[in-house]
Amino acid sequence: MKKKFAGHYASLRARLVGRPGHRGWLFKAMIYVLLVSIGFVYLYPVLSMFVTSLMGLPDLLDAAVKWVPTAVTLDNYREALDVMRVKETLINSVVGALLPALAQTAVCALTGYGLARYQVPLKKLIIGLLIVTFVVPPYVLLVPNYVMFSDYGLLGTLKTLIYPAMLGQGMKSAIFVLIFMQFFRQTPLSLDEAARVDGAGEARIFFGIAVPLAVPAFIISFLFSFVWYWNETYFTALYLNGNNIGDTTKVSTMLLELQNFDAMYKQRVQQVASWGASVMGESVANEAVKMAATVITILPLLILYFCLQKYFVEGIDRTGITGE
Amino acid sequence: MKGFQGKKKVPAAAGKGSGRHLTMSRKKSLVGLLFVTPWLAGFFVFFASPLLQAVNYSLNKVTITAAGRKMTYVGIGNYQDIFLKDAYFVDRLLNFLKEIILQLPLILVFSLVIAILLNQSVKGKGIFRTLFFLPIIVVSGPVMQMLISSGSTTIPLIEQYGLYEMIEETVPKFLREPVTGLFGELLLILWYSGVPTLIFLAGLQKIDTTLYEASYMDGASSWVAFWKIVLPSIRGMILINSIYVTVFLATSELNEVIDLIRSNMLNASKGFGIASAMAWLYTICILAVIGLCYALFGRTRDGEKPKKSGGKGRKP
Repeated sequence: MKKKFAGHYASLRARLVGRPGHRGWLFKAMIYVLLVSIGFVYLYPVLSMFVTSLMGLPDLLDAAVKWVPTAVTLDNYREALDVMRVKETLINSVVGALLPALAQTAVCALTGYGLARYQVPLKKLIIGLLIVTFVVPPYVLLVPNYVMFSDYGLLGTLKTLIYPAMLGQGMKSAIFVLIFMQFFRQTPLSLDEAARVDGAGEARIFFGIAVPLAVPAFIISFLFSFVWYWNETYFTALYLNGNNIGDTTKVSTMLLELQNFDAMYKQRVQQVASWGASVMGESVANEAVKMAATVITILPLLILYFCLQKYFVEGIDRTGITGE
Repeated sequence: MKGFQGKKKVPAAAGKGSGRHLTMSRKKSLVGLLFVTPWLAGFFVFFASPLLQAVNYSLNKVTITAAGRKMTYVGIGNYQDIFLKDAYFVDRLLNFLKEIILQLPLILVFSLVIAILLNQSVKGKGIFRTLFFLPIIVVSGPVMQMLISSGSTTIPLIEQYGLYEMIEETVPKFLREPVTGLFGELLLILWYSGVPTLIFLAGLQKIDTTLYEASYMDGASSWVAFWKIVLPSIRGMILINSIYVTVFLATSELNEVIDLIRSNMLNASKGFGIASAMAWLYTICILAVIGLCYALFGRTRDGEKPKKSGGKGRKP
């Protein structure tokens, strides 16, 4: 009797919890529950941001309305677009992220290729320096770079972002060099040899063989660079606006506008008294407008991410960043 | 790994022929240098020379006059001023270090758990991955600020179920504040786990599945397999991640220390000298944290040092 019970117990246990190497359905259910709940945690702020941005004033003040607005309004977006001067700042944001991202990707690819495929003199030292550039916080270079840019009259222009990227000293460039290095190491050398025997030059080998094989690395590198440049505000604020952070008569990006949203809102309300005064009584941007502004700033990134995410997730599978 | 592949190249080149091999390899190394040249130039222009200047600035009092910048050598005066006169910097720096030491292990654990979950064979893997890497895209200073101020980053449930009271009762007093703070920032921590998850996932996928099978044959449970196979295999990843997270937290725009550096720089009475000195102190602290990470995770069991460049290469 006891034995029979124990046998039942074992088989039940195997089915629920699973044997090593084979998961039972209780175990699987647990994994799904965890995945979904963590996924929810990730999605929650984005969802609540999106929903809030569509709410009118009555819904915002009504504590009973949490997730489903009684009336969907796009007024918040209209106000946010206006306050952030999206027409002007969007182009700055795009240029200020696109050009450095492209330059950074290109230079890092070259560097990574050189280090991975050639016996560059002092290679170990160069790789060491590369890691040093990653580990040392960029704030040490803040003052000297600021002085340098101001001496050359570059302050207040997007060149302050583009020039360092063109020479491989953009945002977190070291990471991208290392990714490319890892990626280029994996393409078989025999392809190069074959091409060389057929009389191809080094440049031809790079563009004809190495680059097409490293497309996932290029996409990952570009995506990350773009996102990081788009989201950057610390240096951008300093280099673009110079001494007056918040002075928006100069070149500004969408993220900078978002950062100073309250101040900008006040300024705008004073100009257009019609809608500002009616919103809150005093000129403070309400939650919905702020959330609308946030949605606007991350929307381009979300679109880019969902377009490229196939390559992105594939890129992880296709080694590249995994090494070994 | 690197050393091994580096050597592999030599016989290939040597096999080409005895007479031309030297010029051939020299030519190749020069071409390689050409590929690296833009980066090297950038390194000197935008890293090495500013770094030296930063040392110089930190030892001088810099005043800006109509005629230009005037530097007066003050030795370590700027550093003394920071410790003796500045009310905020040391305080904020210590706060930041405390935060990093609390957050770093949590981020590592969370991202490892998420990576293990994502690595299971589940349906809708693509959707989950797309979702889980979303934070990488969205996390940025101003956006996070907006989300924090709107309260989207805290889970209302935590407060509803009286978790704070529970902590008050059970946790010793000196730990209470950091622990409740952590629960308040739990979502934030999960959000910061994007890139570390990516790195761990990449590492997990590299583990040979036959290893698991072999261990199960020998009667190991999944739990044992985790400690004996998974953890040792991704040791390098833990090091990379701890360094990455430290750098990430150190450069996060929510960080108050760097704000202080910038505002001091633009402050006429403090100026470039003080700002540079602060930046150096900050750098030293960050490097100390990274050194600590290296000491903790850097050595493999048999005393062999990890291959630094090879390991780092996996960083996305």
